[in-house]
Amino acid sequence: MNADVLKGGFANAPVDAAHAFRAAMNVMARPGTIETLEGAVPPAPMSTAAGTLILTLCDPDTPLHLAGDWDCQEVRDWIAFHIGAPIVGASHAMFAVGDWDALAPLNRFAIGTPEYPDRSATLIVEREALATKGATLRGPGIKETAEMALPEAEAFQMNALLFPLGLDFFFTCGDQVSALPRTTKVEAA
Amino acid sequence: MSDYNFAYLDEQTKRMIRRAILKGLAIPGYQVPFASREMPMPYGWGTGGVQVSAATLTPDDTLKVIDQGADDTTNAVSIRKFFEKTAGVATTEETAQASVIQTRHRIPEEALREDQILVYQVPIPEPLRFLEPSEVETRKMHSLEEYGLMHVKLYEDISKHGAIATSYAYPVKVEGRYVMDPSPIPKFDNPKMEMAAIQLFGAGREQRIYALPPYCQVVSLDFEDFPFEASKADHPCDMCGAEDSYLDEVIMDDAGNRMFVCSDTDYCASRRAAGHVGAQAAALEETAA
Repeated sequence: MNADVLKGGFANAPVDAAHAFRAAMNVMARPGTIETLEGAVPPAPMSTAAGTLILTLCDPDTPLHLAGDWDCQEVRDWIAFHIGAPIVGASHAMFAVGDWDALAPLNRFAIGTPEYPDRSATLIVEREALATKGATLRGPGIKETAEMALPEAEAFQMNALLFPLGLDFFFTCGDQVSALPRTTKVEAA
Repeated sequence: MSDYNFAYLDEQTKRMIRRAILKGLAIPGYQVPFASREMPMPYGWGTGGVQVSAATLTPDDTLKVIDQGADDTTNAVSIRKFFEKTAGVATTEETAQASVIQTRHRIPEEALREDQILVYQVPIPEPLRFLEPSEVETRKMHSLEEYGLMHVKLYEDISKHGAIATSYAYPVKVEGRYVMDPSPIPKFDNPKMEMAAIQLFGAGREQRIYALPPYCQVVSLDFEDFPFEASKADHPCDMCGAEDSYLDEVIMDDAGNRMFVCSDTDYCASRRAAGHVGAQAAALEETAA
């Protein structure tokens, strides 16, 4: 076994996780904002922000899906040691990590049920860059409008139509994180 | 600091609560079930709010706790001490200084900022519960957006009393979808819920968490001919003279004398410190001296 998998967890779990959750909550409550998320050092290709996010939110109770290049032995070993989340197929996942192309098609993921719309997947989309310029956003958490660079607009428009069902998204790059809940109305730039 | 994990709860419990908070923010007004833990205080003393606060606090936060607007009541003092002991966070009584505010049944008078979080203690999170006792049924009513019963209840208020008599826990509709119980805040506070701060609601005994992101649309239910009215006692505060704050009525003796004072103690104290004087302030200070 590679000893590197033992490294890269939180140095001070309760405090690091508290700061990380605050950043994650702020971006989910305010689509279009970007915050710093750090503390974990996951193996490549997973970003610091994505690793910190799953370390903060996932545990043996949360089935996790790894998409595309993110499904590699190093990442699996790191998750097995630090998080213990079962690695599952897309349809059973509560959380999923990967880039936009690897996560598609989105209709594989759980969108919740009319009685329990919270039983839906949260997708962590790894990006090349995050930016507050691009598609126009409207909805809860946004005073008038906000802007965010998105991989595409249509998928998020279709997702918003499912409300109150639907998927929620985090976008990560390096140690940066932003988010897009299902309530946000997206208008292509 | 202490032998407790930071903010009392174990990390797995906090992760479970944090996941519920995120889904709550993504589906504003929807009650997310969560596995509420036993806390070292009885149900009804804010166990839900305490668990949400524990999952939200960081060591850098400054916590304020209010009970019916007051910082110095038993419930507020004991919860503030609880977090001083288990999380080692700074505490304050000043609304502007706080980054996290846990509240029972009031929203502070001072407008909250984007960098603040308001955590409500909720006794009964289900707005339809007193109309329909079955959880299976109310869950179905929410899923079908079947809220006619709530309008019938408000209509019955009008037919019995001539006006909508519901004065606290006044139901609201969030983003045109979910009808939500704003917790037993006076309806005077309802219009403040469209605010810049994140609002989190925790119901410990009932095991529900729900949330409102900032600037979320929150509409108090009403009728065209009986519009919603954010009412308060028609009187200025007798201590600080404020005409815009929610007032408590205090019975002074058995001869029918009474006075009205701000329920938000920090708001009243800061106004008095700024030189505002109410009608009975001078007389009371004389008695105290």
